[in-house]
Amino acid sequence: MTLATATARSSTRTGKQPDHGAWFLVLPALIPILVLSVGPLLYGIALAFTDSQSGRTQPTQWVGLLNFQDLLHDTLFWDSFRIGLLWAVGVTVPQFFLALGLALLLNENLRFRWLARALAIIPWAMPEVVVGIMWRLVYNPDAGILNETIRNLGLGDGRDWLSGLSTALPAVILVGVWAGMPQTTVALLAGLQNTPGELHEAAAIDGAGAWRRFRTVTWPALKPIALSITALNFIWNFNSFALVYVLTNGGPGGRTRLPMLFAYEEAFRYGQFGYAAAMGCVMVAVISVILAVYLVGRLRGGEEK
Amino acid sequence: MSLRTSKPARAGQYAALLCYLVFIAFPFAWLISTAFKPPRELATLHPTWIPKDPTLQNFRDAFDQQPLLHAALNSLIAAFSAALIAVVIATPMAYVMARHRSRLSTAATGWVVVSQAFPFVLIIIPLFLILKNLHLINSLPGLIMVYVVWSLPFALWMLVGYVRAVPPELEEAAAVDGASRLRTLVSVTAPLLAPGLVATALFAFITAWNEFFFALVLLKTPEKQTLPVVLTHFLGAEGVADLGPLAAAAFLATIPSLVIFAIIQKRITGGMLAGAVKS
Repeated sequence: MTLATATARSSTRTGKQPDHGAWFLVLPALIPILVLSVGPLLYGIALAFTDSQSGRTQPTQWVGLLNFQDLLHDTLFWDSFRIGLLWAVGVTVPQFFLALGLALLLNENLRFRWLARALAIIPWAMPEVVVGIMWRLVYNPDAGILNETIRNLGLGDGRDWLSGLSTALPAVILVGVWAGMPQTTVALLAGLQNTPGELHEAAAIDGAGAWRRFRTVTWPALKPIALSITALNFIWNFNSFALVYVLTNGGPGGRTRLPMLFAYEEAFRYGQFGYAAAMGCVMVAVISVILAVYLVGRLRGGEEK
Repeated sequence: MSLRTSKPARAGQYAALLCYLVFIAFPFAWLISTAFKPPRELATLHPTWIPKDPTLQNFRDAFDQQPLLHAALNSLIAAFSAALIAVVIATPMAYVMARHRSRLSTAATGWVVVSQAFPFVLIIIPLFLILKNLHLINSLPGLIMVYVVWSLPFALWMLVGYVRAVPPELEEAAAVDGASRLRTLVSVTAPLLAPGLVATALFAFITAWNEFFFALVLLKTPEKQTLPVVLTHFLGAEGVADLGPLAAAAFLATIPSLVIFAIIQKRITGGMLAGAVKS
């Protein structure tokens, strides 16, 4: 401690560059990060090129690109991948627009705003497992409120949403939207509160309507936050696991088997560590490409205007 | 004055806000309603919002069917230790990152971002193998280590924001007055940072309390498992669930997170902002 503080002192007083002493402050966090995060990541990528399996007695061997070649022909994996993309886009896009609407409302001087802000915490604070359980109760074919409401409105008998081949994916997507809306709303609201109010007033005096004020004043200020939160949401959603594990466990017939569920089963049910690691690598690669295209496209779109 | 919204527009805004409130609140209301319903009402084809004959039986059944208390204790130990360790080791690093611009800070910030992007499956397999070699599978200490590292990125993100909010001039003034560096840190910086430290710790606590995937993979026996994993046991193998106890247990498991979140909500959004604006 004395050493650390002594060196930290000299670094703040003499210049901006930390000397070696700063390392003592950094090491307690840096070592766990290297050992349990950066290390495993590299190890995981390496595993993708091996035939590692659980419970094997022979030593693990390098197999080069074999896992990736197998993956290329694994139609089940690509089905799962396609479902993962559908899910990620299906959740991220409505999430963004709903959150934007709510953030704009919460930014207005409305009564009961406090209530909305308080309630909006609920999905954020809840354990994902509980969110899944809760929506299973809502979707329950007999005791669920959704079917009961449908019956009361005279729209038929309702259905078993989570086990229907055509309804399962939309049903879990709705839960995904519900669960992720608060974070997005809070991020966008923070961005809205940073937009200059005077500009708004000036635009209004110039006769700009609400839509034009939004286009010309609010949106440009909001855009960086909107970009980063949608990009993050897309990644988080694509990698999500617990919600769908609890809601459908990938069923019915694999219609909601997200890539994470697929890789989890491959690794921890069938013990195919190497193959599952290869799936992880493919997921990272494809997602990175999609995000790069999205971000570059959006940024360029902004410059042209 | 120019920004005054017309009356019909205002009414529309309230209507929209109402729709949002209903959408956000109704599943949670249904969870609570189900938790207090006797089995008879859960079996009818026409469930009601308000239980006709509210009962606590589901809560008793939930505790009988699964080791909820033990699971809650496991969750508490894991979440509390992870939060404490994360904040203790992240604070010095956040201090360095906030006060010095260096390649280290840039690399750390980069890692914070990159670590968000990687699917857990790529991390969990090697972690599983590493922890297995250390005989830390199916043990809370192993899980705690994972939680610490897993909560570090966001903890650093928040803490850097909080440290930046403490003006360096204050520290410099104390130094000019002859206070030692340690003295300055303890009596000037720490008190100003304390609310931020608490908020960060509480956030790390909730993150660990709610976490499911790592716990599912790393904890094998029921007596080691945390609350979210034990909750899934209510679902049964074929997804046939005893709805009442399931709802009761799920409701109970949510209360700690909701209470803590209500306390720190403002600080979290503030922390996110501080981190976002400055970096």
